[in-house]
Amino acid sequence: MPTRPDIEAVAEEVFSALADPSRRAILAALAAGGPATATDLATRLPITRQAIAKHLALLAEAGLVAAEPGERRRVRYRLRSAPMQVAQQFLAALARDWDRQLDALQEHLNTIVAVQPARTKKAQEPK
Amino acid sequence: MGFPGRIERTVEVAHPPARVWAALTTAEGLGAWFGNAATIDLRPGGSAELTWTDGHKASMRIERVEEPRVFGYTWGIYGLPDDDPRHTYVEFTLEPTATGTRLTVVESGFAQLPDDEYRTAFEANTGGWAHELGELVEYLDANAA
Repeated sequence: MPTRPDIEAVAEEVFSALADPSRRAILAALAAGGPATATDLATRLPITRQAIAKHLALLAEAGLVAAEPGERRRVRYRLRSAPMQVAQQFLAALARDWDRQLDALQEHLNTIVAVQPARTKKAQEPK
Repeated sequence: MGFPGRIERTVEVAHPPARVWAALTTAEGLGAWFGNAATIDLRPGGSAELTWTDGHKASMRIERVEEPRVFGYTWGIYGLPDDDPRHTYVEFTLEPTATGTRLTVVESGFAQLPDDEYRTAFEANTGGWAHELGELVEYLDANAA
């Protein structure tokens, strides 16, 4: 990974990883169950240990998982949340529904105009 | 294709700026069209909160109040932790027109990397939950003694 990662490149790594069902299953297993070794993952997922090792190496290269020493000198892999949060920012922009929100504002303004005469009348009543 | 760092919309509203301003900057207005309820302390640095009946909440920090032209606030990015330093800035601009108001909303800041200081702290703390759980265990041990 470059020292100063480009935000678009980070998001792309996450989305490419998620587009592959095996890598998606591996990331999901790490998110759900915490750090695990390739062997742990092979017992939990319908993927061969060799394929898991290959995917984990690729995910580590992309910075989406981090390798760390585990028990009995086995390497454990941990999900790295920083790239996921960058992807989340991308999704948040897509999910921000200003179109619907501005429609709601227009509707609200039209509604208060409709009730306005009644309010004005009330305000003019003798004190 | 690019990272969607900024969102911009302009709508023509058939109501004068003063009325639109009230809808944007009062608890009554915000609670009617934006959230299901709202509180607001309308001054730069003041806070506002939107709540929805499903329990969802959004906290805002008021940044610009130039009645009845510009209203701006910052808020967190949906899906990121509450204490995350990344925020987006939302600015509403109201321009009077012959038929009412031209309302522009710009939300910027989606394409932010956490600042270096934060990133360093973050990388150093890859212990994450394991670390937190370790502290919990220590706390429980200390209190059991």
